[in-house]
Parts: sequence; C-alpha cells; structure tokens
Amino acid sequence: MAKKGLMIDYLLCTGCHSCEVSCKLEKNLPTGEFGIKLAEDKPWQIDDDTWEYKWIPVPTQLCDLCEDRTAEGKVPSCVLHCCSHCMHYGEIEDLAKEMSELDRKAVLFTV
Amino acid sequence: MEDVREIKQNGMDDWVVGKDGSAAVVAATGRGLPWRWQEGDLTVTRTAAWSAPGCHLGCGVKVYTDANGNFVKLEGDECNPFNQGRLCVRCLSFDQVITNEQRLTHPMKRARADRGKDAWEEITWDEAYDLICDTFGEIKEKYGPESILFASGTGRDIANGMYRMAYSFGSPNIAYQQTGVACYGPRITATSIMMGNYCVPDCSMYFVDRYDNPQWKPPGVIFIWGNNPLVSNADGNVGHWMVDCMKRGSKIVVVDPRLTWIASKADLFMRLRPGTDAALALAIINVMIEEDAYDHEFVENWTYGFEDLARVAKEYTPEKAEEITWVSAEKIREAARMAVECSPMTMQWGLALDQTRECISGSMALVALWALTGCIDVPGGMVTTHQPFGAEIWQPPAAETFLDEEVVQRRIGYYEYPLYKYSGCVVAQPDMLYDACITGKPYAIKAGWWQSTNPLSCCSQSPESKAYKAIMNLDFNVVVDIFMTPTAMACAEVVLPVATWAEKTGMRSIWYYMQPINAAVEVADNDVRSDLQINLDLGKRWAPEKWPWNSVEEFFTDQMGDSGYDYDQLREVNWMYPKFEYHKYRTGKQRADGAYGFNTPTGRLEFRSTLCEQWGFESVPSYHETDRGPRSTPELMDEYPLILTTGARNWSYFHSEGRQVARLRALRPDPIIEVNPLAAEKYGVADGDWVWVENEYGKIKMKAQVTIAVPESVVNVDHAWWFPERNPETLYDTFSSNANQLVPPEFGSTGFGANCKSLICKIYKLSEGER
Repeated sequence: MAKKGLMIDYLLCTGCHSCEVSCKLEKNLPTGEFGIKLAEDKPWQIDDDTWEYKWIPVPTQLCDLCEDRTAEGKVPSCVLHCCSHCMHYGEIEDLAKEMSELDRKAVLFTV
Repeated sequence: MEDVREIKQNGMDDWVVGKDGSAAVVAATGRGLPWRWQEGDLTVTRTAAWSAPGCHLGCGVKVYTDANGNFVKLEGDECNPFNQGRLCVRCLSFDQVITNEQRLTHPMKRARADRGKDAWEEITWDEAYDLICDTFGEIKEKYGPESILFASGTGRDIANGMYRMAYSFGSPNIAYQQTGVACYGPRITATSIMMGNYCVPDCSMYFVDRYDNPQWKPPGVIFIWGNNPLVSNADGNVGHWMVDCMKRGSKIVVVDPRLTWIASKADLFMRLRPGTDAALALAIINVMIEEDAYDHEFVENWTYGFEDLARVAKEYTPEKAEEITWVSAEKIREAARMAVECSPMTMQWGLALDQTRECISGSMALVALWALTGCIDVPGGMVTTHQPFGAEIWQPPAAETFLDEEVVQRRIGYYEYPLYKYSGCVVAQPDMLYDACITGKPYAIKAGWWQSTNPLSCCSQSPESKAYKAIMNLDFNVVVDIFMTPTAMACAEVVLPVATWAEKTGMRSIWYYMQPINAAVEVADNDVRSDLQINLDLGKRWAPEKWPWNSVEEFFTDQMGDSGYDYDQLREVNWMYPKFEYHKYRTGKQRADGAYGFNTPTGRLEFRSTLCEQWGFESVPSYHETDRGPRSTPELMDEYPLILTTGARNWSYFHSEGRQVARLRALRPDPIIEVNPLAAEKYGVADGDWVWVENEYGKIKMKAQVTIAVPESVVNVDHAWWFPERNPETLYDTFSSNANQLVPPEFGSTGFGANCKSLICKIYKLSEGER
C-alpha cells in the first residue's frame, strides 16, 4: 500500500490550535500529551517592514494518521478541523506533487 | 437624469434597515443529506453550534450521542457550506461545557438581602415564573412597564425571542449595556444611513458551492481594518475565509496597531496609532481623489455629496495624516493605489471603528473609501445584505409592531439619539439607562432582566463602578445564563439556567442562509430550558395573543419569511440559501419601491448623509482626535506614558465566557497585558511578571507578555476576566484583572461610540506580597 502522509501548507497556519485539540479528543489524550503539537516561531523583525511570525503543527509519536477514521473513509481529525484548511492528507507522491505546485514553502510528514 | 435629491426628501423616517427588496427565491439547500443517522452504537445529529455558549458564528457540527441521548463527542460538518468542517477550539471544547460541574442546572432564587452571598435556593420553573410575573407585575403597576429593562449580551441567538417577550410585557427599554453600543451597531448605522443597507466583504458565503461558484471571484485586495478576524470572527463572518481568499490570490492590507498573524503576512501593514482610523481613511480618500483614481461612473451616477467628501478629505494630506496616525505618507499613497488597482477591493472591518468616540462619522469615512472604488455589489467586493427570505430570525421585530407609539417614545434616548433606529437591534442608550437606574431620571428604572449578558465583567465601569452601582440600585433582577456569573452573583434575585445549543431546537440564521439547530442531546438530568422556550413561556403569560404558537417549531415556521418552507421541511434539507444577485442597485432590487439606486432619501449612496443633516448630526465623514493621548493631553503623558488599547479577542474566550473550561483555560490561563520589549525594559518588567496597570480611574493586576506584537508606546490589555475558581462572594474577583475597570463610559454626539481602544496608562511591577 502506498505510504500516507500529512502535507502542511504551514505558511498559512494561523496557530488556532484546532489540530492539537481535535487530536486530543480523537485520541482521548490527557493534559500535556499530544498527537500533534503546534510549534511557534514568535514574531521577530527582519527589516523595517518584514516580520517572521509562524506556526507549524508537528505530529508526535502518538500520531497514526487517524488509522481508524481513514479506514472509514474519513480524513484525520486535524485535517477536518484545521481552521486554515492548510493540512492535507493523502499518498505522499500525490502530496509531493501538490507541494511542488505551491508557490510557497510547505512540509510533508510521513508517519 | 432627474435630480432625486429634490424628490425624495419627504418621509425620511421610512428608511429603516431591512425595508428593502429582499430576495425570496430558494437558490440551494442541503437536500439529500440526512440530518440524523446511526454510526455503530451512536446516533449522529447534524446541527449548528449556536448558542449558548456565545459565538458570532454558529458553525455546522455533527453531534454524537449514545442510546440514552447523552453527549459523546462532536466534530465539524464538512458538508456545511458556512464553515466547511473547520471548528475553533471553543467548539471543540464543548464537551467540557455541556458536562461542566459548574453549570446552572435548576432555577434558583435568593432574597434581596442576600445579594452577593452564595445563598441560593433551588426552585421549580413554575415557582420562578410566578415570582418573576408577580414582582414585575407589581412594579409595572406602580411605575409603568418602562421601569423594567430587558438586556441581552452579544453572540447569542436570542434577540428575536427576548425583544418579543419584552414588548409583550410592555417595556420599550431593550438594553445592550456596552457604553455607546460600541459593537457593530455603529457600523451598521453608518452604512445604513449612507447606503440604506449593510455591506459585507464577499468571500462567496452567499453561495452553497462557495469558492467554486462561477459568479464569484476572489477580491483583488482585502482591507482588514481594525479587527483580527481569524480570532474574533468579526460580525459573524468566519475569519479564516480571509485565508481562503489569500490562497486564491487576494492581496491583504492590514490596518491595526498590533502585529497580528495576518498583519505579518500582509502585502501592506499600516500600523496606526489606536483611534486614528478615520484620519487614515480620509487621507487615503484624499489620495484617490487627488490622483483622480476613483470610479467616476459610480460616483457620478450613484452617489450624492461627493464635493463635500472631497472638501473634508482635502485637509488630510498623507503628510498630515502621518503625523496623526504614525502611518507613513508613502504607505498611505500605496494603500490608495492598491484599493483602486487591485480591483475589486473589499473590507473586513471591526470594533476599532465602533470603539472610537465619534464612531459614526469615523465609520462613514471607511464606507466612503470603499464606495469610491466602485466595489459595491460586485463579485469579490462589498456586497449589500438582506435578511434571507425577509425572515425575522436574526433581527428582532420593531417595537412599533407591538407597542403604542407613545410607549416606544419612552425608550431611554429615543429623542436624543434618533440614529439608534438604524442600528439593526434598536436599544435604549446604555449610558443614559444606567444613569436612570442611579438617579431615577427621566424616570425610575426598578428591575432588570439580564439574558445571556454579564455586564459587570464586560462593560466599562469607571469611575465609581457605575455599572455595579446602577444594577445594584434596582429592586429586582433576573439573570438567565449557563453558568453563574459575577453579574448574577452580585445582583440576581432569580437565576434561570439555559440549555446549550446541543440541547435545544433553534434556528441559525445570518444574512446568507438559514439552518435548523436540531436538539441532539437529552436534558433529562438537567432542568434547563432554551432561551427561546423561556421567552415563549413568559411571553405567553404576558401577552398570549402575541405568542399564538404551541411549540418553538411553530414559532420558527412563522418567522421564516416568504421562503415557502416550514420548520420541519427545512430540517429535511438542512440549510437553505436565498438566490443572491450582484449589482442590485442597478436593477431596482435594492429598494422596496423597485426604483433604481440605494435605499436612502436621495436614492443614492450619500457621502453627505441627509438623515444626519436632518437631525443636526455631523453629516460628512470626519476625524476627531482621541480624547487622551500625545496630541490631545500632552500634559498627562509624563504620568501615563503608554497608550492603552483593549477588547482584542484570543482563541480561548468569548468575552467573559470560557474561564471555567479547562482546555480553554490551559491555552490562556492568566489575564494578559502585551508590552513591547523596549517598554518592558524601560519600566523594569520581564515576561511573565505581574504588573499594575494604572490610569486616572484605577489600577488592575495583569500578567505581562513581552512581545513586539505591540508598538513601544502601546499596551494591549485583556478584557472581561473573572475567576470562576475564586470566591463567589468577592464576585470571582472580576474587578481585579479586567481592563473595563480603567474604561470610562464616554460616548459620542450620536449616542454611539466609546473610548476603550485609545486610553492612557502606566505600568509597574507588583511589589512582594501583592499577588
């Protein structure tokens, strides 16, 4: 079976935390444990009018790409609830192709 | 062309919001999707998350329940065109609301002598209703029905039901107790008096197939002005639609003192001094006119008062505006070019406009700005709004349909502030109403009905805790909510517990569509009722002829306008979108009389408002210097060197709600003040320190977050905090760490507006032992 992954168009990630929280609910995780965790690059200034301010969700060891959900034909919970719709689930070859067509940086996680 | 200015001057009072040619044809539904089904052992119900708790949205969700009807889980409804599956953390944490141990689960009463004490006695609904009806009845007999105020807060679906109930009782004093109604209402008013309608940025939300709809096109540029929509979902629009449009090529201009996430991604970020929005808008207008870049066809054929606009804008050269606003002249010129060249421009504006003192003439500058580009009612532009099918779901009925004219005229502020009737939800002037509670003038206010509102935490308090004083001065208060609140603990004689959205039958509606809220969860263990059920129960007691319905379903069927559907039929098709048309002012569909043009006295978009002129208010866009700050009070800046702004939202909370929801609290455990690193160094404050924030009115304790998100001379302070885990009898310390303690109840000449975004303060670290 082709390998699946998560492509994250992270420059559009607004840091809404919906991936973290929906994953906690899906996996019934207690406080302090995450299946996906947001990393924050707090705002800093590059020059007068340019800032770096970004978020990036990073799957942890607990992420199984929502095996149970995808077996039923659903998308992973984080992908469904992402407020920016910047997370994409699929076969890594397809996701890589999508990435190559984007005009901005993105990451692909395999699990 | 006939000069419509001459022939339309009479009968101006007929121009009220919503009296227009609303579209009535059903364009699309969610037909073919089940609204309830089984998945294994669980029942799934498709519904909308509105309300309680409060929210400006009402996203589509699927609620999973077990065989006993208990809540198991929820997830976003990917089929729902409005939110398309996405949900924010507040909705995702709903499990910790519905099962929260602190929820109100029974009606309760308390003796007036025990106000402020945790001394409640459980009673039945009938006992509660009897007590309310007896007491309200006695007061009505003695002081008249207007001596009881009926207040609601923001973000609940209760306006229609609560207003009806209040009018059935006979009181014209509907209340929304934020100083100067400084939330949305002023912008609706400014737009309505200029255009006869409200306008929203076109993010395809009128279409069930959204971004794929062939009629729609992405905005060329979106001006995000005075709000952080990704977090606040301003005005009921999903903030992340902005990101959807960015993906489709829309450029972004952000006008905000704060470096928000979207500001950091913007093509142009105009970091203005808080409260100077109108000066900036006038300077952009000035450039558009100087460079002859505005839409001549639109201005000449469809507007009125252009010369007056040009005259006032001329004063605001980019160089002068730079001095006022801190935004460079170069950026102002760039903004003007982008507004014109990246066609169509559109705008998501927000509370920063409402929360300046002269907010009407200030907001008018922004309406003028977008109008000059000719972007009105074009795909991807600023599109005019109507109630779907002319329905009365979201907008309450007019007082005149229930009450005699002389009773309506006793509404506090009726004569002083006639613009209020253009604000969508027509209320008493809040600050005058509090004054009446305290002084008994122009007449005594004796009791209050507070439904889904927590004014002690959410509204300006200073000086002398005015809101507290006013509410405590009443003889009898009823509070309706899901949790005990500081307001209820302080003043209530009766508390009524409401159902959450998952437990009730309701209707989600905004300009774009209608959707049933299907009760998914059984409430057998809780003795709660929906907001509407409560209004219906009491409305029937007070004026049964006004409540001829036997169920909430029958009520909604009656409210669904000319859709041709009843509630049960709508439930079968999940949601219903009216046919949407662009260019309505060019086809005679913007006015009830079918004439071309806009629903205004002149039939044109009025840069100079004939209605304001008639009433003696400022009739053209204008900028007023902030009441406090480096330009107006230089003598105070040594003592209070920082500009204080407040009201910004965060992911966790809807104003004063959510502090008792563990997952949300974990994301924002403490009340925050944002301080720039340079200011932090200057005032000896480190990240994580607790500081005093002090101004002329008082001081509060906040936790410092050191960040370049705010400029060096501005601090941003959280509002509406209280601590449900602390002592109820100190009102959960709601006055200790709440920006509203520092906000004076000042409003503008129109009765609208507030100063909460442009105050001044100083900060210093707490001493040992002051925590």
